[in-house]
Amino acid sequence: MVNSYDYDDGDGYEDMGGGHRLHQDLGYDPNFVPDSVKTFVVHLYRHIREKNVYEIHQMYEGSFQKLSDRMFKDSPWPSVDAVAPYVDNDHVFCLLYQEMWFRHLYARLTPTPKQRIDSWDNYCSLFQVVLHGVVNMQLPNQWLWDMIDEFVYQFQSFCQYRAKMKSKTEQEIALLRQYDQAWNVFGVLNYLQALVEKSMIIQILEQEKEGLEQFTATDGYDYSGGSNVLKVLGYFSMVGLLRVHCLLGDYHTGLKCLLPIDISQSGVYTSVIGSHIITIYHYGFANLMLRRYVEAIRDFNKILLYIYKTKQYHQKSPQYEQILKKNEQMYALLAICLSLCPQVKLVEENVNNQLREKYGEKMLRMQRYDDEAYALYDELFSYACPKFITPSAPIFEEPLVNYNQVLPSILA
Amino acid sequence: MGREREAPKQQQVSYTVEQLVALNPYNPDILPDLENFVNEQVSSQTYSLDANLCLLRLYQFEPERMSTQIVARILVKALMAMPAPDFSLCLFLIPERVQMEEQFKTLIVLSHYLETARFCQFWGEAAKNHNILEVVPGFEQAIQAYAIHVLSLTYQKVPRPVLAEAINIEGLSLDKFLEHQVANCGWVLEKGQGRGQLIVLPRNEFNHPELKKSTADSIPLEHITRILPILG
Repeated sequence: MVNSYDYDDGDGYEDMGGGHRLHQDLGYDPNFVPDSVKTFVVHLYRHIREKNVYEIHQMYEGSFQKLSDRMFKDSPWPSVDAVAPYVDNDHVFCLLYQEMWFRHLYARLTPTPKQRIDSWDNYCSLFQVVLHGVVNMQLPNQWLWDMIDEFVYQFQSFCQYRAKMKSKTEQEIALLRQYDQAWNVFGVLNYLQALVEKSMIIQILEQEKEGLEQFTATDGYDYSGGSNVLKVLGYFSMVGLLRVHCLLGDYHTGLKCLLPIDISQSGVYTSVIGSHIITIYHYGFANLMLRRYVEAIRDFNKILLYIYKTKQYHQKSPQYEQILKKNEQMYALLAICLSLCPQVKLVEENVNNQLREKYGEKMLRMQRYDDEAYALYDELFSYACPKFITPSAPIFEEPLVNYNQVLPSILA
Repeated sequence: MGREREAPKQQQVSYTVEQLVALNPYNPDILPDLENFVNEQVSSQTYSLDANLCLLRLYQFEPERMSTQIVARILVKALMAMPAPDFSLCLFLIPERVQMEEQFKTLIVLSHYLETARFCQFWGEAAKNHNILEVVPGFEQAIQAYAIHVLSLTYQKVPRPVLAEAINIEGLSLDKFLEHQVANCGWVLEKGQGRGQLIVLPRNEFNHPELKKSTADSIPLEHITRILPILG
């Protein structure tokens, strides 16, 4: 059941202690639906019903961003309840709308604790609908990737939020206690696992190798009248699992989860730039932690060259910032790998030039293996590693302490 | 004979646990099964990294259920798996404050000695802490196998004293050990300088670089076959 967030509910906002950015702006009325939004949802709803993937993608990537920039720079979109009448109160559309709604909120504002929990509920409802196999839509891969990506991101965000116990008020602690299932690590992992299993994606990929199935060839889309949603969500969930396992520090299992995908080839994971980069970043990082430096160097080199050649085409994309950030982080990881395991032949010229520019001097110092070198490894690693999380809930009775996990040391 | 009777039951248990780990790993209810499985691995001298990582993850999710005794056993088993990086992999899942306990600090020091091939120091430290280690049968043999592995990467012919220090066997026991290795593992004994003995280790791509196949430059056959019709 999707909870309707009720902006008049005082408990949702005012009591949340200091430090929350105001988004309960005096100007914001969740029930006001500007005409442009009416048009937006009506068209999007129609395109989804007509399975017009191209138009859906245009609206999702293009119109949604434009409207957000123009009208919702620092406030949320209209509430789903206000928008529902224009789309026949369609249950699934409302779940999708809310998914976008929360993602926008996280990107532009700070979610309140209650909103974090409500977003969890929305994902649960959405995934349950998909898992029951009753979904008949075709959605663009970009959107399906964003769902999984955002799901893991919000989980990470919640763990970090929860770990900062010192600044919590009584109400916040009570709320966390009451909704202890929200963003529970078991729940997150099990949903991702369920999507992988129910979609039968592993078997599909196996059979594809023998020419008995078509998946990669159609970019995951279903041209026989069916739906691509479960299959592609299952596919991207494998990347989601790799990511979660990296956040928890279990690199071996993370790589195992990704095994059905052949990283040496292009595939559905390369059909979306965000997915391509996140997959290789985590794959490379896991290999680094497993001390498979040569493998990590090969993978980082390949993706960094790809980004070097193609990033100009993504300048307008909402993922552009993330692409740049991951690019910088991977140069740092590459610097670490090459300092520990020099490999002359494996780095392409352009990538090498970039690397020397950014880290040439530091790499010279890192190869001295003295105290200063260790400090540099530390610095680069801290910058480039994923933001690890503590998956367990803090013990609320203990004295309030910050639980955020300290990074593991890879140097003896 | 007791073992024969036990074996089928053992197989049944480990088959079920491995299935659990493969199909339903994110489930707090399997924690007791996984703990029992660790003890199984210890007593039957088997090993499963996947199952142990699964358990360490569950401990991470529910720290109040963690058993440091089980964790110590997992780490000892991981040491025995060297040169595989299993020890580090397990350590990544163990919270820092647990790592600061005495027995874990010791195990970390031991793994460090092994990784840097400081075998003399390793055996010294191991002797001082035999109570942690002797609960896991097969520990000594596993470390000796690792030491020999390291030596074979480095030496074509290793002097007897070096071997003795690495595997912590001396005198008559070492003679017996060498006999066994000569008979079963292709080792050859030679006379070294003075009265010393040299042990010739089997050839591999690391101690004999000419054996190393350069895979980086080679082209897979499938790629060649594609252009053969054109060349024809």
